[in-house]
Amino acid sequence: MYEEARETDPKKYIAGAAGDWELVVGLEVHAQISSKSKLFSGASAEYGGEPNDHVSIVDAAMPGMLPVINEFCVRQAVKTGLGLKAQINLRSVFDRKNYFYPDLPQGYQISQFKDPIVGPGTVLLDMKDGARVEIGIERLHMEQDAGKSIHDQHPSKTYVDLNRSGVALMEIVSLPDIRSSEEARAYVTKLRSILRYLGTCDGNMEEGSMRADVNVSVRRPGDPFGTRCEIKNVNSIRYVGQAIEYEARRQIDILEEGGSIDQETRLFDPKSGKTRAMRSKEEAHDYRYFPDPDLLPLEFTREWVDEIAAELPELPDEKRARLMSDYGLSAYDAGVLVADQASSAYFEKVATGRNAKLAVNWVMGDLSASANEKNVGLDQVGISPDQLGGLIDLIEDKTISGKIAKDVFEILLAEGGDPRTIVEDKGLKQVTDTGAIEAAVDEVIAANPDKVAEVREKPRMAGWFVGQVMKATGGKANPKAVNDILKAKLGL
Amino acid sequence: MSKLSDLTIAGMRDGLAGKSFSATELAESSITAIEAARDLNAFVTEAPEKALEMARTSDARIAKGEAGPLEGIPLGIKDLYCTEGTLTTASSHILDGFVPGYESTVTANLWGDGAVMLGKLACDEFAMGSSNETSYYGNVINPWRNRGSNKPLVPGGSSGGSSAAVAARLCPGATATDTGGSIRQPAAFTGTVGIKPTYGRCSRWGIAAFASSLDQAGPITRTVRDAAIMLRSMAGHDPKDSTSVDIALPDFEAALTGDIRGMKIGIPKEYRMDGMKAEIETLWTQGIGWLKDAGAEIIDISLPHTKYALPAYYIVANAEASSNLARYDGVKYGLREQGVDITELYEKTRAAGFGAEVKRRILMGTYVLSAGYYDAYYLRAQKVRTLIKRDFEQVFETIDTILTPSTPTAAFAAGEKTDPIDMYLNDIFTVTVNMSGLPAISIPAGLSSEGTPLGLQLIGKAFDEETLFRVGGVLEEAAGFDAAPENWWA
Amino acid sequence: MSFDSATVQKIARLARIAISDDEAEKLQGELSAILGWVEMLNEVDVEGVAPMTSVTPMTLKKRRDEVTDGGYAEKVTANAPESDEHFFVVPKVVE
Repeated sequence: MYEEARETDPKKYIAGAAGDWELVVGLEVHAQISSKSKLFSGASAEYGGEPNDHVSIVDAAMPGMLPVINEFCVRQAVKTGLGLKAQINLRSVFDRKNYFYPDLPQGYQISQFKDPIVGPGTVLLDMKDGARVEIGIERLHMEQDAGKSIHDQHPSKTYVDLNRSGVALMEIVSLPDIRSSEEARAYVTKLRSILRYLGTCDGNMEEGSMRADVNVSVRRPGDPFGTRCEIKNVNSIRYVGQAIEYEARRQIDILEEGGSIDQETRLFDPKSGKTRAMRSKEEAHDYRYFPDPDLLPLEFTREWVDEIAAELPELPDEKRARLMSDYGLSAYDAGVLVADQASSAYFEKVATGRNAKLAVNWVMGDLSASANEKNVGLDQVGISPDQLGGLIDLIEDKTISGKIAKDVFEILLAEGGDPRTIVEDKGLKQVTDTGAIEAAVDEVIAANPDKVAEVREKPRMAGWFVGQVMKATGGKANPKAVNDILKAKLGL
Repeated sequence: MSKLSDLTIAGMRDGLAGKSFSATELAESSITAIEAARDLNAFVTEAPEKALEMARTSDARIAKGEAGPLEGIPLGIKDLYCTEGTLTTASSHILDGFVPGYESTVTANLWGDGAVMLGKLACDEFAMGSSNETSYYGNVINPWRNRGSNKPLVPGGSSGGSSAAVAARLCPGATATDTGGSIRQPAAFTGTVGIKPTYGRCSRWGIAAFASSLDQAGPITRTVRDAAIMLRSMAGHDPKDSTSVDIALPDFEAALTGDIRGMKIGIPKEYRMDGMKAEIETLWTQGIGWLKDAGAEIIDISLPHTKYALPAYYIVANAEASSNLARYDGVKYGLREQGVDITELYEKTRAAGFGAEVKRRILMGTYVLSAGYYDAYYLRAQKVRTLIKRDFEQVFETIDTILTPSTPTAAFAAGEKTDPIDMYLNDIFTVTVNMSGLPAISIPAGLSSEGTPLGLQLIGKAFDEETLFRVGGVLEEAAGFDAAPENWWA
Repeated sequence: MSFDSATVQKIARLARIAISDDEAEKLQGELSAILGWVEMLNEVDVEGVAPMTSVTPMTLKKRRDEVTDGGYAEKVTANAPESDEHFFVVPKVVE
């Protein structure tokens, strides 16, 4: 029996016409295992291909064909289980899930029903408000993907391509621990990031490498779970959020009008942003699961699991903790950086051996802003870690000021090049010669006698003088030197 | 022996080696015999051109001194085995026109050793039956007849085309498959030798599946030696079958030493069924005597769960079959009946494509797996299966092999058995070994009061087919079974 | 255990086999008889007995992750009752 692991923050409640509603979400994420060949056949698992080209006679379920399991896929599933801090089951069983569908050539899907390869685990979410939310993983099991039915090729026919048929999937089932669409999105994002760190799934949702079945229900706070609807095959993180929000509102509207929710399977239409019941009202499913007699139970040793565990890469949560302690990153910034492996690698290249605070400010500030603008990863903005590091070095050794550095950053973005050369070529070097600065200060004081009087009343006005001096020196004066000389001359 | 096609595999092998005749002459002789025996309806597909082409290749290899162990031996292939470029039907309407683009591992092994394919032999539809009356292509007729009668008898099933063809000397050997007795029961009904090897000994790859955990390939031949020769070529590890076992493949023929002195033969009391025909009882007693005379020690044993094997079998086999046969849906190959939508297409195709017995078994299998019944039927049957296997493991701690009758009766008349359970009871002595994965051989040992063959069965330890050949050879010799059916068909 | 004809039809639908009322009636009797017969298994004490998973003591065979098969769409669809440009073709399926 599932025991509720968490209490919902009342701020997350959804306001209804008469009182609040609480959203309850559980996700089944189907993640394609990164492998060269399929789970039970030697055909290519690569995305795309000409129709039925990545298909063996095993995948096409020709008479007498038999499955032989891909050892690497097993390893990948175990690795993923370890990454989810989950229980690894040394013995698991492949079952047949029987149903008829044109893109299911065998008439059954080989899956794991009673005895999955991975048992309970957890995924930690770092929310924007600083909250840390723990989502329970119920299980992870391996199964075959189905082929693809194409309905728009012909007015009265469906075309079937089996290229995906038999590709290895991991179905990762969460507990119904998710309480908002934001958490659902954060969960899928985090899961994807863990899988990518592990190299067990490329997380490419456009190509269908990750899809989610979203179970949504609503209830009055404190009540038992309501009736849920399952929204099938949602293929982007944004759609997961949209589908949940639409579905929650739909269910609340029905309940508030005195209706009841039908437990059903629904589809999300990204164009309208709505969910609808599947038209093919399949009679109550009866999958007639039983152990696949063509396969034996999948068994391996604790030693083998330990070997895989020893080879695990640093995972997002560990990296986040390390970035916080090594570089003084905030929890949120560290969370954002580790979400994407390339971004955190970029950051570490910039920060290593440099002033961490400057590195954080530049990576999380200007570079992130550019990345967001271009909608690309940090490593794809067009400025290499060496270039950004070089720029930071120039600030550190006081060759340029932070303000000039922003100009150099823009030049790097537009034209590229080596920051030191740019500074030299464009004469952007910081003026530290106190004589030159003193002359500029004197000039500003002489030109503005009224302001000088004012500043003696209101010392906060000093900033205006700094600005004038910087302007006069083309921004190249060392700001600290300007400040010191001004203070002395103005008697502040 | 008047015709080349009457020779045994060993006889053909010796003749070819001594250049007494060519592989082409052998093939021609068999082709002639097959053409003359169409009244038996043993073949779904005759492949004379393919046979002659393969025979010519064999002759060339023999001439070059590159002959394989089965070089030039013409064989019949049960139509459950997929053969590249040759129609493969499983004797079902639903595989109409299906020409595989691949060769089953077992037949590929045979061709690799030089054997020649004569054609595809009829069987019960998807191997579901004990009389060869469920084939879409009509009944196969047993070459044997009751004394003084013209009434057609069944050749047993499911490998009835194989048993009939071998008994009628259309081919010296044929491949067969055994899920609950489908090699041994037809062998017993036709006076031939049939061995079901240990589960995992032969690859199942490329053989249309009936019940995956029970199906096993094996040969039907006229002599124990021929069965040993043929099994050696059929068997072997196959990386494409997860249940195929990677262990050494013995030279089975070498096991035929004729010496069984000191071997311990178990006689299970549970096989002495109520109401068993006296002639079966007599035959069994005779068999015990032959082995004793040859120096073996006879030991009474008990296999207490024997009577539960058959009902447990019908649950397990039908459950697996209901799932294995889901792929025949009119989408990828074979028969398609049009429907307004995909569901109607499935339902009409499968209604038209499967015969009554196959439908009955699919429905029963679907039922026992369906929600709420799994534990009561399938799970319980698999537990009973563990107990059946345990029975054997316990007795095999002290004995070498078990002797039983192969079948409770001799061949019966076509159309005689109409009640499904009555038909299922044919497998009562054979099904226990499928449930336990053990090897067993049926050897012709005598004639019934009607003058038709009866067989005795030897059951062995897992992967100890050698003992079966060894003891089987002694039994064969002692029985001296040399009766042949009268040739009424040519 | 005895079957009614609604159960027979339900099972037939799960198995995607169209059966007529006459067939259903016949099957009702036959399946009831077969299930009545297998009831004998209830006599067996299976307490604590593990269900059979493999008749031969062996471990699951595994293959290396290599592309060794496929690339023959023509062969895959060669026996198809209906196909178009290497797609299998069926009547329109509505989701």
